[in-house]
Order: sequence, then C-alpha cells, then structure tokens
Amino acid sequence: MAWQWFHRLGSPKWFYEKTGPWLPWLGFISIALILIGSTWGLAFGPSEAKQGNSARIIYIHVPTAVLSMAGYYVMAIAGAIGLIWRMKLSFMVMKAAAPIGAILTFLALFTGAVWGKPTWGTWWVWDGRITSMVVLFLLYLGIVALQEAYQNQDTADKICAVLALVGMVNIPIIYKSVDWWYTLHQPASLKLTGKSSIDPSMAYPLLLMILAFYIFYTWVLLMRTRVEILKREQKTTWVKDLVARG
Amino acid sequence: MTVETFSLRRAFVAGLRRELVLSYRHKGDLANPLIFFLMVVVFTPLGISEDPRMLTKIAPGMLWVIALLATLLSLDGLFRSDYDDGSLEQMVLSPQPLGLLVLTKVFAHWLLTGVPLTLLAPVLGVMLQMPGDGYGVLVLSLLVGTGSLSLIGAIGAALTVGLRKGGLLLSLIIMPFYVPVLIFGSGAVKNAIEGFPVGAELAILCAMLVGWCMFAPLAIAGALKISVRA
Repeated sequence: MAWQWFHRLGSPKWFYEKTGPWLPWLGFISIALILIGSTWGLAFGPSEAKQGNSARIIYIHVPTAVLSMAGYYVMAIAGAIGLIWRMKLSFMVMKAAAPIGAILTFLALFTGAVWGKPTWGTWWVWDGRITSMVVLFLLYLGIVALQEAYQNQDTADKICAVLALVGMVNIPIIYKSVDWWYTLHQPASLKLTGKSSIDPSMAYPLLLMILAFYIFYTWVLLMRTRVEILKREQKTTWVKDLVARG
Repeated sequence: MTVETFSLRRAFVAGLRRELVLSYRHKGDLANPLIFFLMVVVFTPLGISEDPRMLTKIAPGMLWVIALLATLLSLDGLFRSDYDDGSLEQMVLSPQPLGLLVLTKVFAHWLLTGVPLTLLAPVLGVMLQMPGDGYGVLVLSLLVGTGSLSLIGAIGAALTVGLRKGGLLLSLIIMPFYVPVLIFGSGAVKNAIEGFPVGAELAILCAMLVGWCMFAPLAIAGALKISVRA
C-alpha cells in the first residue's frame, strides 16, 4: 500500500489532475520569495568590502548555477525511472526538464560573465568551473536536439534517457571543479557542514533566493510537464473531455 | 548436425575478423581520417601563422584537437551499415552478450582509426615544428586517448544510428564527453615539452580508458537495443 502513490504516478491523468491546484500556490510563493530575496539582497544587504555593489549579482548567479546542476539530476533520474519502470510520465518530466536546465545554465554563465568584467577584468576565462559549465550547457543542448531529431516519441525518450544517464559522469566533475583546479573561480562559500566563508547577513538572502529558485523550478517544471501530458495524451478521452469542458 | 557453441573469446575473434575483412574491402574509408588529419595540419600554418615559434607553441594542442576531430568524422558509419542490412538485429539476437560484440566493433574501430592517427601524429608534429621532447608522450597519450575517443564515440553513434542524418547531432552529443580526454591528452604533451612530469596526466588518461571500457559497452548495447526495436 505504501507504494500506491508511486504506481499512481504512472498515470498522466492522475498527475495532471493532482498538480493542477498546486500551480497557483507554487507560482505565488516562488514569485513572492524571489521579490523578497532580491529586494533584501540587492537593496538592503551589505555591499561587499572589496567588490562593492557588483558582488550583489550572486543573488541571481548562485541560484541559477545551483539549479542548473540540480536540474540535470532531475532530468537524468527521471530518465532512469522511465527506462527501469517504463513509466511514460517520467519521460515527460525528463523532456520538460531539458530546456529549463539549458536556460538556467546559460543564465549562470551570462551572469558570471557580467560579474567577471568589473571584477576579474574580463568577460570570459577558461577556468575549470566555467569550462565545465559550458560542457553542461552542451549536454543539455545535445539532449534537446536529440529529442527533436527522432520522429518516434518512444524512441526519442529512451535514447535521451540513455544520453542523460551517460552525462551524469560530468556533474560531480563540475561540482568539484573549483576544488580540483584551483584557478580563478572561487570555491563554494556556502557549506552544508562546517563553517561557511560568507557572512550571515549575505548568506540569508542568498539561501532565500536559492529556495525561491527551487520552488520556481518546480513550478515551471510542472507547467511544462502538464503541457507535454496534454500534447501526448490528446487522443485520450479524458483530454478530449477537458477540452470540451473548456 | 550439432549446434556450434561459441565461447566469448571465439565470438570476439570472429567479430574482429569480420570487421577487419569488411574494412579491408572498403580501403578508401580507412584513409579518410588520415587525409583529414594531414589536411587540417596543412591549413594550420596557412591560416594562423608560419612563424616557427608560434607553431611550436600551438603544435601539441593542434595535433590533439585535429586527431579528435578526425576520430569524430569516422564515427558516423560505425553502426550504420550493420543497422541498414540487419546484421545489428542478428547481433542483438545472438546468444553472446551484445556488450561484448559491440566492444569488438569498437576495438576494430580503434585499430583502424586510433592507431593510424597515433602513428601519423609524430610525422605531422615535425611539420608543425613540435619540440623533440614531446614525441614519445604524444604517441603514448594518443594511443591511450584514442581508445577513450572510440568508446565514447560509439555511444554517440549508437544513440544516433536510427537517424538518417545523424552526423552533426553525433558531434554535438559526444563533444562534452571528449573535453576531459582532450584536456589531459594535450596537457600531457605540453608538460613533456616544458620538462614537467607527465605521469599524472597519463595515469588519468589510462583511468578514463578503463572506466569507459567498463561503462561504454553497457550504454552502447542499451542504445542499440532501443534503436533496433524502433
């Protein structure tokens, strides 16, 4: 009985009906938290001693970077669940997650470049972390492109799941790259265990923004998955009923 | 008449012989990556600078990048003809594990692409004014590195075998996995030229080869099974 929820997840209809009421809540909470966090960080938080106000971009840069890596796990694990338990729904989640991850990775690279210009004096450096983030971006693009290339949706799903799983080898490398190649990008300031090297007055708005981006990610992922469900299930009666009811 | 049972070793040898015979009958295809390698090396001084000091500096990286691209070019056809004529279905159905049979194909690909590229590289290194200290490490790093390149490339080839025009997509999906091989491969050659120890880079290249040897056949076999069923 404990596994009932897991088997129910296999039904796109159940998922669609269940997640519908969550959307306004997720949307409201995430936008409110992003507004609060960015106002706190950008306007009221202290400015960094050496970098002045330019360091405030971390309130956007760090959450997008965190989510771009977490999003890859979401995609790859969804793909693995699809391959192992033949669950249609998890393939839809995987497909929905790929473009979101690509955009988040791009934003992390872009905000990093904008910050790098005044601070490092250059838009771009081939440092370990930046290079591995570009690799992550290419991985996401590869999955999006492969998904589009196959006409048969079933094959596209399984093939992309295999690629996503193979790509998992890169994620720990990206995560540890700042420790292994001690180049320009600083090591992580926030730590789950041990002492963080960031002052609490900056850490709290940053943590709030990371939380806000997680909720925002969930919201967008659910919306994209729901669209994917409607697209793929358009021949079924429940979708037709839904459309007929308006 | 008895049904002949094949041991894994005999299956490996038979598969390898088949690959080698097939490519012997299409000799032209074998030369293409090598000609590409030579051609781009010729373009380098023409396009960048014929200044020997400049060429000396970029030679190790250029040789590695071009060898990588040459491998990439040779990959598209790896499973294509077997997919088209149904041999791949027979391989999937055969009692031998598919992982082993594809490993045979990848090994043949490495013998026919990776090894010739490795042997050609020092000659082209001379054309790019590479300093004398780098040649041994260049050959070693390419010999080990092209093995990883073939294994990774075969994953990409298996993922795109069902597509009519997989070539460009194949490059996109395997490039991310080629990055570490390139970094450590060309890093080893540069270290050797500058007189630094190269043991760490070569050890990592070997470790990557071993890792992909274990992991890639599973991914290739999985992808081929999906493609054949579609």
